Amino acid sequence: MAQFTLPKNSKIKKGKTISAATGARNKKIFRIYRWDPDTGENPSLDIYEINLDNCGPMVLDAIIYIKNELDSTLTFRRSCREGICGSCAMNIGGTNTLACTRAIEDIKGDIKIYPLPHLPVVKDLVPDLTHFYAQYASIKPWMQTQTPPPPDQERLQSKTDRSKLDGLYECILCACCSTSCPSYWWNGDRFLGPAILLQAYRWIIDSRDENAGERLDELEDTFRLYRCHTIMNCTNTCPKGLNPAKAIAEIKKLMVSRTV
Amino acid sequence: MKLRTPLAKVRGLGSAKEGTHHWWAIRLTAIALVPLSLWFICSLISMTTLDYLAAIGWLQSPMTSILLILFVLTLFYHAQLGIQVIIEDYIENEALKITGIILLKFVMLFAGLTGIVAILKVFLGL
Repeated sequence: MAQFTLPKNSKIKKGKTISAATGARNKKIFRIYRWDPDTGENPSLDIYEINLDNCGPMVLDAIIYIKNELDSTLTFRRSCREGICGSCAMNIGGTNTLACTRAIEDIKGDIKIYPLPHLPVVKDLVPDLTHFYAQYASIKPWMQTQTPPPPDQERLQSKTDRSKLDGLYECILCACCSTSCPSYWWNGDRFLGPAILLQAYRWIIDSRDENAGERLDELEDTFRLYRCHTIMNCTNTCPKGLNPAKAIAEIKKLMVSRTV
Repeated sequence: MKLRTPLAKVRGLGSAKEGTHHWWAIRLTAIALVPLSLWFICSLISMTTLDYLAAIGWLQSPMTSILLILFVLTLFYHAQLGIQVIIEDYIENEALKITGIILLKFVMLFAGLTGIVAILKVFLGL
């Protein structure tokens, strides 16, 4: 019942140091979480000292430089390098963000990089997002209608209705917000988390969707929706500047407005 | 359990179709508690110099009793709703969680009723 020891692999050891900045004037130290499932050893914090004159301006540039030039075993996800794919979400300097849009010079002192918090780690900076994606699938993120589509044109939407999707459609599902949410940490098995709830609201508020009621029915749950306690970490951390907390509040308002 | 698909785990037993009432009630009681608590605290402060009989006199006014009963009701209902959320948040063990919530409801109901009976006792001069 009571658990007095930390889960396996919780303690982070001191790792190796690789320096490529001897004599460099523009030196920066990166402390990066490393864990290899094959060795079964505890994770370590490896130190890489790099010369910023040799790499690009963003944190992603630095870790690509480290992988290419210093340590090819460093594992991380990346794709678009311009903040639209959400692959390189990680915890940088204590904040969940995208490595590709976070500038190195904006972080004072050593840069600590960990995987997204409270997710199972696959390797190094790669977290297991299986459950997160299953939660996304559970809200049926596609347009649902009873009316068949018009035979000769698209489903039309007024400019005002379209503008309701602004601040929602930009979400790239990088999981920065959900993994910064304490409620999602403690009850992520049942709580959908800010990212998925923002996506759910994106469909609820879409004027072309006809299943808002069914969508609200699915969310009306003490855990799925109401574990949100307006902690606001989601809004603070969102690398796209969105406001998932507001989207969740709007869902709650709709829940109340259909009862009163 | 490991063979269940991720979506099966997420969909689980489905939505409880519950939670809105809890959320709405905790907010309404919070709003109600603002004026009620202010009134209660101000009344206590204004009575610090008065004696026992004056305090009884204050309690025996009908408006005082109504507001006090409202205050006690709202306070313990709000506390029950709030502590229930804390239990649901932090207690992972199913049996402990349910026991905690049941105990909480019983204790809060008992405490609230005790307060109301006490107020009525003074009000009716029993």
